[in-house]
Amino acid sequence: MLDYAWIIPVIPAVSFALILLFGKRMPRQGSELGILAVGASFVLSCVAAGQWIQRVQDAGGKESVGVLQAFGRGFMTAGGEHAAVAPVIHTVTWWSNGGIDFTVGTQIDGLAVMMLFVVTLISLLVHVYSTAYMHGDTRFTYFYAALSLFTASMLTLVVASNTLQLLVGWELVGMCSFMLIGHWWEEGANTNAAIKAFLTTRTGDIGLMIGIIVTFFAAGQTFSILGINEAALAVKGGHTIWVVGASCLLIGIIGKSGQFPLHTWLPDAMAGPTPVSALIHAATMVVAGVYLGARVYPVFWEGFSISSGGVNPMALIGGITILIGAALAFVQDDIKKVLAYSTISQLGYMVMGLGVGAWVGAVFHLFTHAFFKALLFLGAGSVSHSGSHHSFDMKKEMGGLRKHMPITFWTFMIGSLALAGVFPLAGFWSKDEILAAAGQGGFGFFAVVGLVGAVMTAAYMARCVYLTFFGEYRGHGHPEESPRSITGPLVVLAGFSVVAGLANASAFGIEEFTKYVEPRVAFPPVLTPNFDFTLAAVSFLLVVVAFGLASVFWLDRKELRALKGLTERSGTLRAGHLFLVKKYYLDDLYEGAIVGGIKGPIARASYWVNQNVIDGAVNAVGRGSAAVGRLTYRYVDQDVVDGAVNGIANETDQAGGLLTYVQSGRVQRYALILFGSVGVLAVLLVIFS
Amino acid sequence: MILNQFLVLAAALFCIGVYGVLARRNGVLVLMSVELMLNAVNLNLIAFSAYLHKTAGQVFALFVITIAAAEVGVGLAIVLLIYRNLRSPDLDEIDQLRG
Repeated sequence: MLDYAWIIPVIPAVSFALILLFGKRMPRQGSELGILAVGASFVLSCVAAGQWIQRVQDAGGKESVGVLQAFGRGFMTAGGEHAAVAPVIHTVTWWSNGGIDFTVGTQIDGLAVMMLFVVTLISLLVHVYSTAYMHGDTRFTYFYAALSLFTASMLTLVVASNTLQLLVGWELVGMCSFMLIGHWWEEGANTNAAIKAFLTTRTGDIGLMIGIIVTFFAAGQTFSILGINEAALAVKGGHTIWVVGASCLLIGIIGKSGQFPLHTWLPDAMAGPTPVSALIHAATMVVAGVYLGARVYPVFWEGFSISSGGVNPMALIGGITILIGAALAFVQDDIKKVLAYSTISQLGYMVMGLGVGAWVGAVFHLFTHAFFKALLFLGAGSVSHSGSHHSFDMKKEMGGLRKHMPITFWTFMIGSLALAGVFPLAGFWSKDEILAAAGQGGFGFFAVVGLVGAVMTAAYMARCVYLTFFGEYRGHGHPEESPRSITGPLVVLAGFSVVAGLANASAFGIEEFTKYVEPRVAFPPVLTPNFDFTLAAVSFLLVVVAFGLASVFWLDRKELRALKGLTERSGTLRAGHLFLVKKYYLDDLYEGAIVGGIKGPIARASYWVNQNVIDGAVNAVGRGSAAVGRLTYRYVDQDVVDGAVNGIANETDQAGGLLTYVQSGRVQRYALILFGSVGVLAVLLVIFS
Repeated sequence: MILNQFLVLAAALFCIGVYGVLARRNGVLVLMSVELMLNAVNLNLIAFSAYLHKTAGQVFALFVITIAAAEVGVGLAIVLLIYRNLRSPDLDEIDQLRG
């Protein structure tokens, strides 16, 4: 399967065409085709994953990482004790031009296999989920066609063996997200959101394209990812060009992965149907940027001199994004927007992880985040589908849904705890891996930023959970549990959210993820951090305290509003009285220091920056493009192009006019020409023979 | 035998014919000039045939005479039609095909 990986993206692509052509006539309007195709891709991806694991084990032979090797194991550097396992690369020539072969092909290694697994799994669950969620939609078939194409494009991007093919997949993903975000285009807001998402990511794409061109020349005229990585590690052509290349590629990542300052499209993208949000935020669209960063990591490693520690643009952008995203999540009433800002913040962790040299941590966080973020989005969709009359407003339409929707509640709770990083759920391990690597790699500042982000994450997720599921029901419908095709995917994802972290539970000495996913060929010596017990304990404690404080705080507010027995409920808690006594202190702490501080200046400032500076820049780019287009029309099109066309026509007309004199219609003049020519030819014959 | 005299005579005849074809305005005279040119060619054929002692040239000459007769028939018919339509045998009048 590793040799035939091209089949995996082709299956959903074919299904896209089939659904468009025959979907409407199928008994279930094309959804069965989509599910079947993605299911097949998922099975093939699992086979590929199995074969890759086999391949690594065959190559490694003797070495194996002890499962029971407990705390405090020896320092380990990547590539040091693992055998080199080359990626499986197959290419065919797409076209040749100027002596350069442009190829398409597949490059399958641990990273690609991991992504294949995640993308196909999430996509499959989203497909199943959508059968119920999108039931009765006017463009149901079209929706499934777009989902299939979306999956196919992302898989193309994942298996790409060169940057050009990666760009094709990248742009296709952008286009599909545009189609899906604007799925309900009857409302102007949705259309605007789709356009905004498209244009904002395009802004970053310019950086990506320039980056691809720069790396193409820097690496000696090759688009091959492996070739670029090798050239980057050898610092071919000097350090400067790699700085330029890395910076340009970073701009692409910023646009695609919703990093500050181009993150504004991501919350607006919530206008799309919820399953699409889950797909965009967990497995496809936004992680494409992080995937690119992980794929051509040596470029960043050399370009930003990551090994030397200190501050570099990548880590800085990631760090800022963590805090900005988390801060904004506090002030949202829309449950999906809370999750959207949370995604921004978590993507910040991944980019910061790449920036501080925590390659494994970043990719591992991508892996675990995919599960719990998809879970949270699908959970929010389940709430709106069956609990709140298709509204996402936590304050007006939700509350108290815990009793009505037990499965949704428990899975959502698991997802929230995993996102907050509570031991032993998935988020704990991956976040800890990044923080530990930041701390041990000479990036102490960013470890602190990550810790602060973790605290904020716990607090806003507590707020979100309590507003949605606790207290009194504030909606007007009859909430009930969602159908099985919705709860099924939730349960599966909840399972993964619990166990996915154990793939690289470094505290227990489990390094399976590092072992199978980290590349061994053309890869810099990234730091694999030791498990830092103190750091893990501190972060865990902080998270728990933040979650607890936030819970109590939001419960309090609820009880004040509902005029229920404040003392009774808080008294049931062990530390209830203490918190009760310190209620004002908490009020001060949250309202004043955190919520006030954030809700007031920071959030408003961020929002202002969102609305004015960034939107202004986007609008300016749009207006500028329109102006350029108008100028082009007036001068280039009207004058140059039309002028050339008209000029040629006039010349032809005049030449024809001249030629009419030759065609006199008189037989004798023709005869004269004939005999004259023969005479001239005869003379020539005599002269030259 | 002397070939040159025949060739010079044929060339002279041919040139007169060419002049007639190009300069004469009357259709009938143009046709007659064409006949002159054909006969100049005939003269050449027969002269070479006698010079080289080969009969092929004479056979060709006979063919040319036959076809010339047919050609004159068609040509005269055309001139007659032109005369009927235009009331003139003047070739300069028929320039309907000019561009």
